[in-house]
Amino acid sequence: MAETASTIALRATGLHKRFGGLRAVSNVSIDVHVGEIHAVIGPNGAGKSTLVNLLSGELLANGGAIMLDDTDITRLPPDRRARHGLGRAYQKTTIFPKFTVHENVRLAAQARSPRPLRMFGSVRSDATVGDLAARAIARVGLTAQAKIVASALSHGEQRQLEIAMVLATDPRIILLDEPLAGMGQAEARGIIDLISSLKAGRAVLLVEHDMDAVFELADRLTVMHDGRVIAGGSPQEVRMHPAVRAAYLGDQGDAA
Amino acid sequence: MDLVTFGVQLLNAVQYGMVLFLVASGLTLVFGILGVINLAHGAFYMLGAYLAYWIAAYTGSFWIAMVAGVVIAFAVGLVLENVFIRRLYGRDHLVQVLLSFGLILVIDEVREILFGKDVHAVAPPAWLAGSIQLTDNLSYPVYRLAICGFCLIVAAAIFIVITRTKIGMIVRAGAENREMTRVLGIRFDVVNRYVFAVGIALAALGGIVIAPISTVFPGMGDGMLILSFVVVVLGGIGSVAGAAVGALLIGLTDTFGKVFFPSVSSILIYVLMAAVLLWRPNGILGRREV
Amino acid sequence: MRKAIIPVALLACAIALPFAAPTYYVQFVSKAFIMGILAMALNLVVGHGGMVSLCHAAFFGLAGYILALLSPGYDAASLLATLPAAMAAAAASALVIGALALRTRGVYFIMVTLAFGEMLFFLFHDTDIAGGSDGAYVNAKPEIAVAGYRLLDLASPLAFYFVVLAFLIATVAVLTMLVRSPFGHALAAARDNERRARSLGFPIYRIRLIAFVISGAIAGLAGYFAAAQFGFVAPQMLGWHLSATVLVMVLIGGLRSVTGPLIGALVLIGLEEVLKASTDYWKLAEGLIIIVIVLALPGGVRQLWPMIFGQGSDEPPPRPAASAVAESRNG
Repeated sequence: MAETASTIALRATGLHKRFGGLRAVSNVSIDVHVGEIHAVIGPNGAGKSTLVNLLSGELLANGGAIMLDDTDITRLPPDRRARHGLGRAYQKTTIFPKFTVHENVRLAAQARSPRPLRMFGSVRSDATVGDLAARAIARVGLTAQAKIVASALSHGEQRQLEIAMVLATDPRIILLDEPLAGMGQAEARGIIDLISSLKAGRAVLLVEHDMDAVFELADRLTVMHDGRVIAGGSPQEVRMHPAVRAAYLGDQGDAA
Repeated sequence: MDLVTFGVQLLNAVQYGMVLFLVASGLTLVFGILGVINLAHGAFYMLGAYLAYWIAAYTGSFWIAMVAGVVIAFAVGLVLENVFIRRLYGRDHLVQVLLSFGLILVIDEVREILFGKDVHAVAPPAWLAGSIQLTDNLSYPVYRLAICGFCLIVAAAIFIVITRTKIGMIVRAGAENREMTRVLGIRFDVVNRYVFAVGIALAALGGIVIAPISTVFPGMGDGMLILSFVVVVLGGIGSVAGAAVGALLIGLTDTFGKVFFPSVSSILIYVLMAAVLLWRPNGILGRREV
Repeated sequence: MRKAIIPVALLACAIALPFAAPTYYVQFVSKAFIMGILAMALNLVVGHGGMVSLCHAAFFGLAGYILALLSPGYDAASLLATLPAAMAAAAASALVIGALALRTRGVYFIMVTLAFGEMLFFLFHDTDIAGGSDGAYVNAKPEIAVAGYRLLDLASPLAFYFVVLAFLIATVAVLTMLVRSPFGHALAAARDNERRARSLGFPIYRIRLIAFVISGAIAGLAGYFAAAQFGFVAPQMLGWHLSATVLVMVLIGGLRSVTGPLIGALVLIGLEEVLKASTDYWKLAEGLIIIVIVLALPGGVRQLWPMIFGQGSDEPPPRPAASAVAESRNG
């Protein structure tokens, strides 16, 4: 692979978002590199979810710019961003509950295929899409459940499915919004291992409250507070940063 | 167009808008609080007009017809909510659409059995029957002015209820915020029943007040239903203030459209709706996400 | 095997019918088939797309009016020229109405489609384009003629029946293909979870608009043959009462399948026929029956099958096309 760790997949500069009088995100800049997991942390209400929504296109920024590789995606709607290589997993699991696991992932693969809205021929006839889906399912370890309707999966399995769907779109960058939320210790272990394997050849932006997991996974961190970036750097640097200890880690005890 | 004619048309537009507001506010209240889209709303407008005709013919008094018509509509609303509408809460829009469509068929046929399908006229009360002489050859019916005044009073009452009472708080919070009502100690099933009955009564009241200046005919409910929908789309669903804005906009568009562009006047309100959809898909005063 | 037997048997019945039944019934079934085409077209949008449209009668009626307007006086119009024109007009109006209405969701979408549908109704009702509120006649049924030789004349009830049957089969084939295609799956995905479908990269608005236009065009196909059969078009053909009636057919047949609405159309039209024959107040009875169906069988008459034939019948496992309504049914 020609890419080095210094390739920037996603670069946001000076993002602003206001809701009425509230400044949810102000002047936030962030780079996410290929081959890296970049975690965004901060207390509740820090603006992390708003940031993810700005990056994925569900919210449009009031100011600032977002570049995905060499494309300016600042004003693009979510579907166009996805076609440019941005994949997203949601905080609340949002799969297609009435479709089977395989159909869910196949839809994701179809979305990035050359002709996603083909009207002729069955969905089953596209072997490339089917293989892509099967591989993504195998990657997250759901092969045995492939024919089960998604709503029948356990919570942890639905999170795995969520990640399989993102993988099937073969994104350049993956946005993971609290992938461990509501998960038990044992389930979380599997997802953490899965996440750490995602960064090969891709960029990963991770928003997560579980500090142990964050410090285990992240190559770099950005700390947000009140809609602003208050610190950034390697896990070591962030852990030692006085502003971070005061604003955030301080009330959690000594993390990690 | 000289100033007096313009003034007359403006009065017509406002008066038309006021009646539209009466009917549409009932529709938007029912949707805003009950979350039910009621296609039979126009049928109750029609029913109100027929009740006005029928009761006025028997008693000779428009006032008795008005009070009795509203009371009957309110009672019918209570019964219908209890028997049918409450089964629609939280259900698919498709189910709501089709059940209320079934209701329209039933109401239309009941009207035909009770009142026939003839076109009728209703006399306004005697002391409102005259006209005010504006210029030598231009006069304005007192009854139309009375409609304006009456509708203003009703509108003011609606706004006071919405801004000053607990029930009004629920209306403003929107249907999704049902938790709040538990905190306020309001029984939702009771509120729902009365809100639906009030909505129906407002539709009937619209039909009653319009009866003396329009004809009473079987298809009048359909036309009013469509207009009410356009009002709600323009103003924003669930918003009573939006219904007022939408109703006045339509009153103005329709009245002056007929004056200035008579050949395309029936299309103009839809052009207006298309423009608002392009500009603000959730309505002028609508919430961002519905 | 069993799966193939039922459609083949039904098709054989449909082909045999005109040779066994009196002309009245042949015409009656033709009418039911035409409404079935309309109901199946509507279901692409309602059942598979999750959009409750109340303006499909406008596309249906518009196509009928196109036939009336293009029919030359007392001569027959050319089917090959007028049918595409009628369908194109229906598709074009669906494109304009859909482009505006799809900016909204849910209950707004219902109200906006209803209003725009009524705009077309008033266009024909209030202007002299084609007879105003009185309607217009289609004096001669369309034909296919080559060099003055008549290959097909729809004036014969038998020919008309088979042409409608052929278009019915074509409609089923096209809609089945669409629903099973990647496009159909994307449409259903957008219905079940719009936000997720968009974040995967599906252009939701475009998908829905395409489905709406295809559905409008097929509704136009039905309207064309309805106008040809009755020999008359009136504004009521575009009115929303018809749209709502067709929605009832869709609900009766069930939203999950392609052919369900066809069954719904046969059931409802048959029911209307029975009611009209037995009572003057048939609309009252129909209204009450609709209310009962809506409240008791939100999943359509299919729900009756397990009740009649016992449990463990053909109830299919949850499928991609499972509808939002089907989920809300009891038990």
